[in-house]
Amino acid sequence: MELADQIAQYLVSGLSTGAIYALIGIGFAIIYNSTDIINFAQGELVMLGGMFTLFSLNVLHLPLPLAILFAVAAATAVGVLFERLTIRPLKSPTPLALIIITIGGSILIRGITMMIGGKDTHAIPAFSGSEPILIGTATILPQHLWIFALTALAITANKLFFEYTITGKAMRACAVNRRAAGLVGIDVKRMVLFSFAISSALGSLAGIIVAPLTMTSYDVGIMLGLKGFCAAIIGGLSGGIGTVLGGLLLGVLESLGAGLISSGYKDAIAFIILLLILFIRPQGLFTKAQTERV
Amino acid sequence: MLKVKNINTYYGKVHALKNISLHLSAREIVALIGANGAGKTTILNTLSGVTPPASGSIQFEGEGVNGLAPDRIVKIGISQVPEGRQVFKGLTVADNLELGAYLRFRSRADRNAIKLDMQHMYELFPRLGERKKQMAGTLSGGEQQMLAIGRALMARPKLLLLDEPSMGLAPLVVQEIFAVIEKLRQEEGTTVLLVEQNAKAALKMADRGYVLETGKVILEGAAADLLESGETGFKTEG
Repeated sequence: MELADQIAQYLVSGLSTGAIYALIGIGFAIIYNSTDIINFAQGELVMLGGMFTLFSLNVLHLPLPLAILFAVAAATAVGVLFERLTIRPLKSPTPLALIIITIGGSILIRGITMMIGGKDTHAIPAFSGSEPILIGTATILPQHLWIFALTALAITANKLFFEYTITGKAMRACAVNRRAAGLVGIDVKRMVLFSFAISSALGSLAGIIVAPLTMTSYDVGIMLGLKGFCAAIIGGLSGGIGTVLGGLLLGVLESLGAGLISSGYKDAIAFIILLLILFIRPQGLFTKAQTERV
Repeated sequence: MLKVKNINTYYGKVHALKNISLHLSAREIVALIGANGAGKTTILNTLSGVTPPASGSIQFEGEGVNGLAPDRIVKIGISQVPEGRQVFKGLTVADNLELGAYLRFRSRADRNAIKLDMQHMYELFPRLGERKKQMAGTLSGGEQQMLAIGRALMARPKLLLLDEPSMGLAPLVVQEIFAVIEKLRQEEGTTVLLVEQNAKAALKMADRGYVLETGKVILEGAAADLLESGETGFKTEG
């Protein structure tokens, strides 16, 4: 294969993993913006998406579309429960306490999943076969198209929700100024709960659509969660286009690095980028300097 | 309309309000004046349910309201314009106003009224009308103050709590804002509790005033008398 063809191929797979990272990253950003915490249990919700799909296919024998809906709903319920049981009861939530709680929560979720589902790696059938489609000289799997389509759909729906509904605006208001949000009558705690619900739904969707390509097991959440976190950091923890670009950039760089240098460096590349961003541009690559007048 | 009796509020161990009593009648403008740290803002936050009082009673239109959460307080008709405006900077002017009416979105009938109310805010503050789509953070200080007042009015409060509306603004802008407050009282019968360090300007507009010092009311009376007496022991300028 010519180099150009190879690169085209790497781009396709890089963009599709990047889309997954973007979805997970947006979940991080939504929770961060409403609570100031990085929810390190986010990756486990991604994992639960895949595992719940598996469960509803193999145990409940649901058809695939229903299995997906069930898995998103179940993972969202877990996310909501997680907030209710661990974040809300805290009397004086310091950032450090909250971060440790989310890490503890992630270990718990992973442990329970392992106890119930075992340590095996499982395959989930591709949504519509795995006959490669030839585009120019690159091939693309139908599952890649599903990933692009569903990610675009989820991100657009998310964007519309935050831009145009009063609840979405209220959540943004909480992110900008929690005290003032309380004073106009917004129930801030409820908005925090919503943010957990939305990011769980997005995260689990990411876990579901990527599972046919990468397989799933009880521990896929750690790496996917960290990659999503990288995407969010590159995007300056914005709940919008910044994180999407961050995810895509990360996916493409990873894929190019793995293909052209060595596949052993795939994960290292992501974390080198993360560290570089944190050192050089902690506000993210795609955020403009804020100008404020008081 | 509002009766506050012997309230005590603590910030941690700091006894911020000591046996404060005050009252407001409908359509009144009452000024709370005093130096920094006298407890003016704490009174407003206690009324808004942000820092509930440890003891004492607050009655609004005959109902006890102490202990209610901030959103319930807004619902029964008390809105606060917080110190330093606190507009939602990353949201547009229109979104800020809409969020002021957040609690009214639940009823279908109110949703049409909200649109009309927003028009009304643009008439009241024409400069906000010109900047509907602009991010609130890009407005000037005076415009942000107008937006903060407009946002509070969108909840259709019976009692408006205003915290230092003149802070950091040019005298001309302050005049403009105070003119709107008087207009509100005349045209819509809004009752106003006004916290100010700029005592002179506040007392000129107010009917009555309370002077606070270290968490206590040390003087109260008709605004004109307080203004004339000048014996209030605090700076009346700036």
